[in-house]
Amino acid sequence: MSSFVLMTATGLGLAALYFLVASGLSLIFGLMGVLNFAHAAFLTLGGYTAWLVTDATGSLVLGIVAGVALAAGAGALTESALLRRMHGDHVPQVLLTVGLLLAFTALVRAVFGSDARPMPVPRWMTDVTSIAGAPIPNSRFVLIVAAVVVYAALALFLARTRYGLIVRAGVENRAMVTALGIDVRRAFTLVFAIGTGLAALAGSLVALVQDVVSPEQGMSLLIFAFIVVIIGGLGSFHGSALAALLVGLVQQYANFYALTGMGDLVVVLLLAGILLTRPQGLLGRRLA
Amino acid sequence: MILHVDKLNVFLGESHILHDVSFEVPQGGVTALLGRNGAGKTTTLRALMALAPATGQIRLAGQEISQELTHQIVRRGVGYVPENREVFAGLTVQENLRLAERPGGPHHYDRVFSLFPRLKERLRQRAGTMSGGEQQMLALARALLNDNQLLLIDEPSQGLAPHLVTELTEVLAQVADLVTVLLVEQNLAMVRRLARHAIVLDQGRVVWTGSAEELLSDQDTTRQLLGVGVAGRSGGGV
Repeated sequence: MSSFVLMTATGLGLAALYFLVASGLSLIFGLMGVLNFAHAAFLTLGGYTAWLVTDATGSLVLGIVAGVALAAGAGALTESALLRRMHGDHVPQVLLTVGLLLAFTALVRAVFGSDARPMPVPRWMTDVTSIAGAPIPNSRFVLIVAAVVVYAALALFLARTRYGLIVRAGVENRAMVTALGIDVRRAFTLVFAIGTGLAALAGSLVALVQDVVSPEQGMSLLIFAFIVVIIGGLGSFHGSALAALLVGLVQQYANFYALTGMGDLVVVLLLAGILLTRPQGLLGRRLA
Repeated sequence: MILHVDKLNVFLGESHILHDVSFEVPQGGVTALLGRNGAGKTTTLRALMALAPATGQIRLAGQEISQELTHQIVRRGVGYVPENREVFAGLTVQENLRLAERPGGPHHYDRVFSLFPRLKERLRQRAGTMSGGEQQMLALARALLNDNQLLLIDEPSQGLAPHLVTELTEVLAQVADLVTVLLVEQNLAMVRRLARHAIVLDQGRVVWTGSAEELLSDQDTTRQLLGVGVAGRSGGGV
């Protein structure tokens, strides 16, 4: 029983990380049609900024806020200065975002080295809380709470604000949004900044959970985030949340109850099954 | 003239769709843009809205707008009701209308609900669950919510039952009292009821302009230009 609780809490923590990365990716793809491979670079930027600022000031909160703010600003700049010129051209977009990811990873390696750097983690986060006899690291609760707060905030933003309305409409039909007199470019920049800010938050949190920052941290999470986006349905924010939950738990249970390393295989099989039976994803709109 | 179009050309990929299309739309009433299947009617409206890449001059009430982006053209007072309505299916009627509100207003909800009382009853309904006729009303309502100088309406009768077409025609007659309309329509009975002027396109070129009544009263010309008799429909949009 206690191992099941532990695996469930670990799976939920993993799901929370996937959701934080995938929700931004999904919104960006849904509204702008951009497959943003540079998302992992913003995740790494968030992790390293949190590490540097926390190390310098001793304040973890300040470190995380600085990482999110810097990544959101860099995301807005990337969208308005680079991606906007390639609107609708998917091949240049992919080349640009892959190029940014490779260049940023190389830059991080050049400046900070290839080795992982220890992240200063508060003691209370490394402590454990016992639930049903299972010792669960407090960092897992931090991940879950962060994801729930982000989910609620994004749901409110999408449901209650004019920009949220523009985003939901833009996911359905971008051209018609502009034909109603709305400058959709502002919504693009805002959504890109929100997405990259969330990637940075995930980058900070993964650094806390793993106790280190490393140049490749973003890339490994990006693959599973893309899987979550596809399973949830491209452009569906609620679908991303559901898929993250599914992938995180299935991956963890398979690793524990089957074989270590089996989780990745099971997730890929899950992806294949969804693509074969429901190509639009769990909550995505059926393609014409 | 509210709209002056000069030498409009559109290329989509390797295809040259519009060839030096030039025409004028007089202030007030309905001007019909007619033609057979593939003549370039829908492409013309999309080019006017900067939704299709075009070259040439477009002047709205004397102001050059051909270099402007879609949202800037709309904010100058051009409303667009596209083919197939293109309402946001996942949003409610109320959200579709809120989205159409232009900053600074005014927003004529009274006018919209007086023309389309059914929409007022269905504000919380998702647009995608409404009938084709109701979706057409919503698409028109979005364009009528704001003050416009010109409305571009593409195939409003497409897919509607005959009794709804009659109802829609009467609504459009009221709309034409409020704002100038450039109407793409294949239902020639509707065109006869509404349009004062007509422009006929064939293979991306303007082949006829003049009084709608004159065009539609001449069976031979109508058959030659549109491929049908006066009571029928010409082809679908491109």
